Amino acid sequence: MAKRKTIRTIPQARTPMPEQAPEIRITNFEEVACGYRLEDALLEAERCLDCPDQPCVRGCPVGIDIPGFIRKIAEKNFHGAYDVITDTNLLPSVCGRVCPQESQCEGVCTVGERLEPVAIGRLERFIGDRAIAEGWTNLPYIERNRHKVGVVGSGPAGMACAADMAKAGCEVTVFEAFQEPGGVLKYGIPDFRLPNSVVDAEIEKLRQLGIRFECNTLVGRLFTLEQMMGEMGFSAVFVGTGAGYPSFMGIPGESLGGVLSANEWLTRCNLMHGRDFPAYDTPLQPGKHVAVIGAGNTAMDAMRVALRVGAEKVTCVYRRSAAEAPARAEEIHHAQQEGIDFQWLTSPVELIGDEQHRVRAMRCERMELGEPDASGRRRPVPVAGSAFEIECDMVVFAIGTNANPILGQTSGLKLDKRGYIWTDDTLATSIAGVFAGGDIVTGAATVIQAMGAGRRAARAMKAYLGLRDTDAVYLAAPTDPAERLFGIPRRERGFARVHLPETAS
Amino acid sequence: MSDFEIVARSDFSDVTFSLEVRHPLMARAAKPGQFVIVMEHEHGERIPLTLADFDRDKGTITLVIQAVGKTTREMQQNCRVGTRLHALVGPMGIPSHIGAAKKVICVGGGLGVAPIYPQARAYKESGAYVIGVLGFRNKGLIFWEDKFRACCDELILCTDDGSAGIKGLVTEGIKQSISAHADIDEVVAIGPPIMMKGCAEATRPFGIKTMVSLNPVMVDGTGMCGGCRVKIGEVVKFACVDGPDFDGHLVDFDDLMARLGRFRPTEKAALEAWQESCRLRGGAGH
Repeated sequence: MAKRKTIRTIPQARTPMPEQAPEIRITNFEEVACGYRLEDALLEAERCLDCPDQPCVRGCPVGIDIPGFIRKIAEKNFHGAYDVITDTNLLPSVCGRVCPQESQCEGVCTVGERLEPVAIGRLERFIGDRAIAEGWTNLPYIERNRHKVGVVGSGPAGMACAADMAKAGCEVTVFEAFQEPGGVLKYGIPDFRLPNSVVDAEIEKLRQLGIRFECNTLVGRLFTLEQMMGEMGFSAVFVGTGAGYPSFMGIPGESLGGVLSANEWLTRCNLMHGRDFPAYDTPLQPGKHVAVIGAGNTAMDAMRVALRVGAEKVTCVYRRSAAEAPARAEEIHHAQQEGIDFQWLTSPVELIGDEQHRVRAMRCERMELGEPDASGRRRPVPVAGSAFEIECDMVVFAIGTNANPILGQTSGLKLDKRGYIWTDDTLATSIAGVFAGGDIVTGAATVIQAMGAGRRAARAMKAYLGLRDTDAVYLAAPTDPAERLFGIPRRERGFARVHLPETAS
Repeated sequence: MSDFEIVARSDFSDVTFSLEVRHPLMARAAKPGQFVIVMEHEHGERIPLTLADFDRDKGTITLVIQAVGKTTREMQQNCRVGTRLHALVGPMGIPSHIGAAKKVICVGGGLGVAPIYPQARAYKESGAYVIGVLGFRNKGLIFWEDKFRACCDELILCTDDGSAGIKGLVTEGIKQSISAHADIDEVVAIGPPIMMKGCAEATRPFGIKTMVSLNPVMVDGTGMCGGCRVKIGEVVKFACVDGPDFDGHLVDFDDLMARLGRFRPTEKAALEAWQESCRLRGGAGH
């Protein structure tokens, strides 16, 4: 065995990821970060110390064996690395792109204490993309049981739960209201950050696990949760519908033309291909001067989309300072590179329209930070006499979402006081056999947190159904007669039992 | 291939037609006042259409469509018996509350005549005395008269040019009914926003509860895009999940009409481009 790596012997600088230049990328929807090439990945894999305490694994909401897969990359066993990742996470290409790694695995990386942390997300993406390009699968041998499981919503929470339940041997059907599965990954995240083709490829893998996707199905209205648990014969149901009921501020002028939610803007653009109008029929009507309210990842996406569909000027209006912005640092950085004008400590007070009832300007107030509020962040306080106007012909609200009311309206689910679905610690709802997780339980969060919740719920569902919790450990389909007879694992892997944190949020 | 097969079509006029689509689950779940979202083809937009009827035995739902924009004209051209819709989701929205009203006026104007039908039928089934008031531009555009005759105790037809029934708007019909019956409990009106506004104003002096069904621009229909927000009194509601039925006396119709127009320039351009390509292909662009 080779001598143990130390912080001094590893490559000191993080391997950069090739990127499209800002002035080029604002003219297209191709990915901003082009992904590691083979040599980049090998070099970066050398930076992992394979340290004994593995803080990264604990930092990952789904507990991927991170040192394990990086070791396989260093050994040039990419297929092996893929198997290690997909034992816990079926969507490496998605997570490698959109997880907030800096606050999860990379945020606690041992190397990161002295140097830049290992680029875990980029390595994960490298493996995921290679698997898609080369058609690798990691299909377990599944022993079927008699249970039918329904999953409501095909976003990250639903997908993660569906995958685990399918692996446990259940017949899984995922219901989606849109015409295509993928949820927020499809409608909400633009192609330059997560191409829809990548989402489709990952969904195809779930289909290979035997999961059925029923699109155009609005659960709650076409049939109720109670009907699913009753006449439709589901043994258990997972609800992962997301929060998606956009918030507005309640300031004057919000109903003007050209004022819309980030959800509407991104859905028109991404899922409905409004940017290819008139080849696609969904109109977009992009503005020339776009103001986006909010500074989360969704706000960054909304602004950068606006730039790519022809806006001349895009302004970010956020009432706190850059330090409090909820978006990933990398997203803000990319947005700044692309020329977005950030107006920190600025709060809109009124939208002003023209005679055609279209927005023409936004009246704002400057803010300053006062005492910390309930969220622990310093509360923005308006500065007297600081009102000014921003000229704009489109305003996008990206200030968060509330709970969608449909399932609350149509079932006996107990909701919390804000309208989110109430669950106990195991993510069981007030209806026996119905579990819920993701944004519809916690409020808006990240893709990986939703996936973590989906997996936690799957674990509780398995317990509810009396199924053995196969955890992350499952066997590949036996091909060798000896394996069939004696159940000897074909591959030897040091499976760590995955520890899922108590609260994924 | 999608499952949403068109099993029947009838043309009421050169711009209005109905499609009967096979969807047994939806036919079972549908209730009066709800709507669906349709995508005609893969590159199409998602458009909300009111559920005009449903037949639980046959397992079909009926949509009545007026060919006005690019998508609906394209549907008029392409949707034939045996073809399929790319996407069809629903039923959406909160079903109309068919209360204990003893005497109701069901008002339908233009295309709103279709969705008022299941409501009129539901009221009749609940034992109410149903007065139907239907408005059309002229005699030639009248449809479903027999269906309404079968479920209405009285039926008043109104035409703009007087070619059938009384000459004038549906508000004339409402006024006639109110003066003939002092005990109207409720008015339900579906049609163009300007008509619904007129109906709400016609009943306001009498304090008769008036429900209207709003049709704002929406994308997903599940509460996610917020495009369909409408002002109801002092509060903002999403028509797709909080409606589509609202108290007509509280609806800000001017705001609704202004919002309906927000994609008009783009829609006009789309229609023109499509008509141009139809002409080039030698198709039957209107």
